[in-house]
Amino acid sequence: MSAPNRISGYGKLSPTKQVSFSFDGKALQALEGDTLASALLANGIHLMGRSFKYHRPRGILASGAEEPNALMDISRDNARRQPNVRASVQEVFDGMKAESQNRFPSLAFDVGAVNDGLGRFLPAGFYYKTFMWPRKAWDKLYEPIIRSAAGLGKTPEEVDPDTYANRFAHRDIIIIGAGAAGLQAALTAAKFGLQVMLVDENAELGGSLLSDSDVRINRKSGRDWVEAVEAELRGMDNVTILTRTTAFGYYAQNMISLVERVSDHLAMPEADLVRERLWQVRAGRVILATGAIERHLVFADNDRPGIMLASAGREFLHKYGVTPGQNIGVYTACDSAYYAAFDLKQAGVSIVAIIDCRERVDSELLSRANDLDITVRTGQAVTSTSGRLRVKLMSVCAINSGGVGVEKYEIDCLLMSGGWTPSVHLFSQSRGKLAYETEKGRFVPDVYMEDCTSVGSCNGTDEMADALSEAKNAALNAVKLLGGKANKGRAISVENACSMEGFLTGSADGAGPDDFVKAFVDFQNDVTAKDIRLAVREGFRSIEHVKRYTTTGMATDQGKMSNMHGLAIAAEMLGKEIPEVGLTTFRSPYTPVTFGTIINHARGDLFDVTRRTPMHEGAVARGAVFEDVGNWKRAWYFPQGDEDMHAAVNRECKITRQVAGLFDASTLGKIEVVGPDAVKFMNIMYTNPWDKLGVGRLRYGIMCREDGFIYDDGVVARMGENQFHVTTTTGGAPRVLNMMEDYLQTEFPDWKVWLTSISEQWAVLAVNGPKAREIIEPLVEGIDMSTEAFPHMSVREGKICGVPVRLMRMSFTGETGFEINVPANYGQSVWDAIWERGAPLGMTTYGTEAMHVMRAEKGYIIVGQDTDGTVTPQDAGLSWAVGKKKKDFVGIGGMRRPDLVAEGRRQLVGLRTMDAKIVLEEGAQIVNNADVPIPVPMVGFVTSSYWSECLGHSIALALVEDGFNRTGETIFIPMEDRVIAAKIVSPVFYDEQGGRVNG
Amino acid sequence: MLLIHCPYCEEERPELEFHGAGEAHIARPTNMGEISPEDFEKFFFIRDNRKGVVFERWRHLHGCGRFFNAVRHSVSDKFICTYKAGEPRPKLTDKQIAAVLPPAKGTPANEPIVNKGDAK
Repeated sequence: MSAPNRISGYGKLSPTKQVSFSFDGKALQALEGDTLASALLANGIHLMGRSFKYHRPRGILASGAEEPNALMDISRDNARRQPNVRASVQEVFDGMKAESQNRFPSLAFDVGAVNDGLGRFLPAGFYYKTFMWPRKAWDKLYEPIIRSAAGLGKTPEEVDPDTYANRFAHRDIIIIGAGAAGLQAALTAAKFGLQVMLVDENAELGGSLLSDSDVRINRKSGRDWVEAVEAELRGMDNVTILTRTTAFGYYAQNMISLVERVSDHLAMPEADLVRERLWQVRAGRVILATGAIERHLVFADNDRPGIMLASAGREFLHKYGVTPGQNIGVYTACDSAYYAAFDLKQAGVSIVAIIDCRERVDSELLSRANDLDITVRTGQAVTSTSGRLRVKLMSVCAINSGGVGVEKYEIDCLLMSGGWTPSVHLFSQSRGKLAYETEKGRFVPDVYMEDCTSVGSCNGTDEMADALSEAKNAALNAVKLLGGKANKGRAISVENACSMEGFLTGSADGAGPDDFVKAFVDFQNDVTAKDIRLAVREGFRSIEHVKRYTTTGMATDQGKMSNMHGLAIAAEMLGKEIPEVGLTTFRSPYTPVTFGTIINHARGDLFDVTRRTPMHEGAVARGAVFEDVGNWKRAWYFPQGDEDMHAAVNRECKITRQVAGLFDASTLGKIEVVGPDAVKFMNIMYTNPWDKLGVGRLRYGIMCREDGFIYDDGVVARMGENQFHVTTTTGGAPRVLNMMEDYLQTEFPDWKVWLTSISEQWAVLAVNGPKAREIIEPLVEGIDMSTEAFPHMSVREGKICGVPVRLMRMSFTGETGFEINVPANYGQSVWDAIWERGAPLGMTTYGTEAMHVMRAEKGYIIVGQDTDGTVTPQDAGLSWAVGKKKKDFVGIGGMRRPDLVAEGRRQLVGLRTMDAKIVLEEGAQIVNNADVPIPVPMVGFVTSSYWSECLGHSIALALVEDGFNRTGETIFIPMEDRVIAAKIVSPVFYDEQGGRVNG
Repeated sequence: MLLIHCPYCEEERPELEFHGAGEAHIARPTNMGEISPEDFEKFFFIRDNRKGVVFERWRHLHGCGRFFNAVRHSVSDKFICTYKAGEPRPKLTDKQIAAVLPPAKGTPANEPIVNKGDAK
């Protein structure tokens, strides 16, 4: 199949290496190495997409990452599909499917294009102005419509089957951009021994040199010089070259993020090859050689398919051997467009005319045009174009002629150039400050924040010879700064370099002020010159506000093409100079990065840590249903037969209270506090006094923050004179240890105390219930298990099932209880032994839900559920746990503040619903009187609420204002459908005397 | 991601290993049992939160576990130095401060930050 626009003798692609692909279902041929854009142009296709807002037909505008129009949906198969891929970046591979976007039913006939006709009704800020009322229409009508119209591509529906990799790297120097300046900098830095990383977003090194047929560097052609330098670099061990790699973020201390597209260009990637690789590189020095981006010109209907940047036209010819048209017009404000015209003309393409809006043009360019028989019209402008799906005509008249004397030219392609914008995105991300050059109409790097240098055209250095010596000097300087030695060596010779003189920012002739003219500033976001004028007329003064109101330079564009034009138009409207108006912020990423690359390995099972207790498998075998508690999987309840949760929990509670229950408490945080000053330290960290706690005794401890609010709680065992085994809440272990370390290291560094996390060293099995002792006693060695010798709240060391145990007699259920701490590896076998012994006696296993019910029946708090960071020990009814005679502990000052000792604070009480069957909602608000007008003053809320099978009624804990003084009073819980009455009672619902723990 | 020099490990490690711990050189009052509400407020709630050179605490959580202090410019994010907990505030030279100041000129027109006096 012949490609009508392929020109032999140009480009490096081999005509024998054909690949097949499809575009909107149509089978097409490309050459290996083509981008989707060059392949479509070779086939004479310019219409590649529909614009965002007006659904205008759009073609390719640029040849690189700045392309705003030709965004495609690229797929290998149903799962491997990516929307919004730039046709100018995606390399064609055999079997690739490309689909245009934002059109229905087809690209050539798109219903949404009705918006184009309605353009005058869709001004800047349309959504803000239109979808304001009625309020009710928002949810059902406006939002669904806006959502379906918003965005361009469609999200893939299947799980991404590809893998992504992540690498960290350290280098002396990273050079971003491998055009002439970047290659020269890399060569110099590498020669003098630096560890170099050279990065370029394109498939090939060389940048604009690959599409420059004129220039001679050291008497070599551009391409030959690139190949020679690349060969030299590839031969050095201290150089890493990454192609198809975009530096998308520049962070503090020379941290650069790269995305390397590893396999998106391959027809049959090997199964174990990653799709993309995220690099996080830390470099001693950074050299930015990111080049410049050509600007378009802002005139009426400047967005028709077939209208593109002059540099893109030149690049398609020289890199891919493709001409964008056969009858080409050129409209420019810059010298560089002439070279595109010259080269295309020499390749046999007809150049209709060069329209230059400048009056005076370099005489050499004019005489060369004359030699090539190309018409040049200076002081003229293209004021409009026509052609629906492809440009057909350009209308030309003299500048400022008011539209008199228009001449029309038939064309099938229009190349344009408004000059060049230095690519300062990464420099700005590094928080460097820019300076404005009025005579060149551009911002260039001025003050650096990082150890970084910009070289070449991203630094405003247009002349090739200057750019190369600047790059070389930057590399030599880096060698010296990093402690190496370097010498200048021979000068670089450059001949026949292109000129980048001339520019135009803002609107050109024919971009208004006519209100019906669409002269696009931002193609991607469909922002026209008149939108920006309107924003200024409506009172927006800050360029940041103009940006957000009009959406110019937003989203993936990040101002690559639109910034300078938008700024110039706003400045003109405001009557200010451009630097006074300021520039919007360039944000990372430079180009869109896939979510796959960003989340990388952190997906599926690797998304987060899963913690399992040593007895996890035992719980699985017993049919446990698990709940997530932080990272932990905890057994929630153990259903038997067809029990639901409610039935299982009722049974577990009842059997535990009547017989015994076995519970996995291993997730509790555990910290060992050891050393001669351990008691002193415990006295500071906890509200309780510890001096008189005997060895072998336990005490419930409360930890506060300095502000006097409860931070954590847990039972503490005194294992020895100078040794405490501290337990914390399941979620609190890391922060408690961190707080202890903080005080120990920074407030009391001289105290001899050592803190060790032992959470995972000990498996903890709780056996609770009237038969608890009977069940474990035969398994225990070396401990007198009688109540007299081993009373409630004490700890003994000995053996259980032959393994060492810290056996604590304590209870979180109100029944006789033992917490059996054994080395974690023995947890499961001890669990099995206890189960074997207990099951015939009628013991059950119970999960966290039954544990919650039973502790609530006893009024035991859960920190974080019954407290919320504003509850003091006194509020929680735990004044007894605060040492009255202590002179100091963390929180002592805070809890004595006037507001914390004031009357009427929210205090923890029990609630009994009048209707015993109603279980309150946790978090429900409490009022004194539900019959007063809204808003009803809220006096508290429910913190814990359960059905108590043992008591035969519901129970709840709540924080209620002045609750301690209100026992017996009725309060109300207003719900959506009813008001529930409840009585304030003691928070201890079960065994108020507390005798059962001593059984 | 910052690179932070741990004064105990004596090397630069990535920020991922560290945890910020607030303003440095706030000693816990020794009279907490009798502290006035005003003094408690000053100790517990009031922080400089300054734009400029700050003294702050870090913990090398996923490393040696030690708390230490750092001097950093809160706008440029650049560190002047780090030092061990308990050591006095280092005296800073003008040269050290100048090296971490954010640029005062140039566009964009975001407020330029000039704060040489901040370190005093």
